[in-house]
Amino acid sequence: MQKQRTWLYLLFWIAISFLTLFPIYWLFVISVKPAVELFSTPSIILDSVYWQNYVDVFNDSTLRGYMMNSLIISTGNAVLVTSLGFLACYALTRFDLGGKESIFFWTITNRMAPPAVFLLPLFLLMTQVYKFGDFTLLDSKIGMILVYCTFNLPFAIWTLRPTVDGIPKELDEAAFVDGASAWTVISEIIFPLARPGLAVTLILTWVFAWNEYLLAATLTNFNARTLTTGLSEYVTTTGTEWGIMATISVFTLIPALIIFSMVQKHIVAGLTFGAVKG
Amino acid sequence: MHSNRLGWLLLAPTLVILFFFGVVPFFYVLWLSFHQWNPFAANPDIVFNGADNFRALVFDAGFLASLGVTLAFVFFAVVSELIIGYALAQAFMKDFPGKAIFRTIHTLPLIMAPIIVGSIWKLMTTPSIGIIPSLLDSWFGFDLNIGTSAVAAFTVTVIMDIWHWTPLVTLTLIAALVSLPSDPFEQAQIDGANKRQIFWHITLPMIMPAVLATVFIRLMDALRTVDEVLMLTGGGPGSATRYLGVHIFKEVFPRTNYGYGSAISIIVLYLTIVACWLLYVSLIAPRNKKG
Repeated sequence: MQKQRTWLYLLFWIAISFLTLFPIYWLFVISVKPAVELFSTPSIILDSVYWQNYVDVFNDSTLRGYMMNSLIISTGNAVLVTSLGFLACYALTRFDLGGKESIFFWTITNRMAPPAVFLLPLFLLMTQVYKFGDFTLLDSKIGMILVYCTFNLPFAIWTLRPTVDGIPKELDEAAFVDGASAWTVISEIIFPLARPGLAVTLILTWVFAWNEYLLAATLTNFNARTLTTGLSEYVTTTGTEWGIMATISVFTLIPALIIFSMVQKHIVAGLTFGAVKG
Repeated sequence: MHSNRLGWLLLAPTLVILFFFGVVPFFYVLWLSFHQWNPFAANPDIVFNGADNFRALVFDAGFLASLGVTLAFVFFAVVSELIIGYALAQAFMKDFPGKAIFRTIHTLPLIMAPIIVGSIWKLMTTPSIGIIPSLLDSWFGFDLNIGTSAVAAFTVTVIMDIWHWTPLVTLTLIAALVSLPSDPFEQAQIDGANKRQIFWHITLPMIMPAVLATVFIRLMDALRTVDEVLMLTGGGPGSATRYLGVHIFKEVFPRTNYGYGSAISIIVLYLTIVACWLLYVSLIAPRNKKG
């Protein structure tokens, strides 16, 4: 009886896993089929693998540029928000700053606001106000790195705060008594102890920046266009290049999948503002 | 301790960035929402027009339709995710081999870019490309066309959201169920309670905080769904899947009516703030006090 039940649950979860994995598998199937085969009756089984789409995507200098932009923007943003978030958390946990709890909550409201709301004001500000001579923040990598701070910086502060708070304050006090500077304390004592938390924050903010579409679609034209916006360029009303679209999707998906294996345990805590430890 | 000036100095870069990219845009869009401004119209000046934009919004059929489908989408998606997520969490509580692997697979969609999820489901459901319309046609003779049928498009967006976000509900509820003490359940069984009574009177009240947290987080995220729907249906057919974020994206820039677009943004923000406020007051604030 008990044994049968076990099998039942096992089968149930195999079915659920199939439902989760099949759409991803289907993405791969479309990406390795020549265009002519796509319009015959769809078939689940893959009888031959056609890599030409991958070669095409890789040889397309525009798409390679988008890929580089995505890499630069998400890496730049992740490093920036993790560093600033770390310093901010040190300030929030070690100093008696007036209204710091309000500041803490206010930073989070920036993350909770729907990005669609900020499309118009950010677009107008970046074209007309935030410019230095001929240089506007619109369609620039530095502009996107800064824009992504609106959702990633609050996230970094929110996830790093418990880590920094958990480092005993006696450690830095003892160092201060010994005459260490604030910089030495932060870099030599706090930083090494906070490293695991910093790594998780760095990785998750990187993925969020890498995955972002809406802001990039509105605030970039060419110079700072990312892979996700490149993907939407292949979906048009006149005709979609399905194979290429699937291939770019696979390319966008791969880094996230690699990272997934590293931070799997922290994803749920990250997505629920730490309300639930996954 | 040492001077607070250092503390403010460390906090300053964060505050400056969030000021320029969070606070300024917010007040700018708020200010614009009380003005008429279309830089490409006959009169390209910014003119104060009081609450005219908001008054017009109340009678804007496009906006109201978008609000309607958004609420329907959020309702169906979040309720389904909650029910399916709970069932899956319960099914996970039993002992069977390979639990860790199944959990890993189940977490997978959570890290995927919404636009990629949209792209995947577009490839699954577009007639002649997708496997789903093909199978439905050959098994049941049912014609699924998300390009022409409003119901089909709406349903597929809900299913896509369920596929993408049910794992979050499952995993939060697993965390809640694992931490439950076993005494009340044993006692209830001794007292002869049936399964339904145990669920309504013991399990549900005990996991309520986790359920609420999950509901509010899903609510907030579902309200701002844009990327995947933009990719899958582009808001169509007609306005069947033109959810608020999609509406803003499609409406504001092509029409260059920036004052009116700002008013739409402000209303959407207001709706979200109400949801956030509920989340904070009911869950995060008491939690912070405790910890």
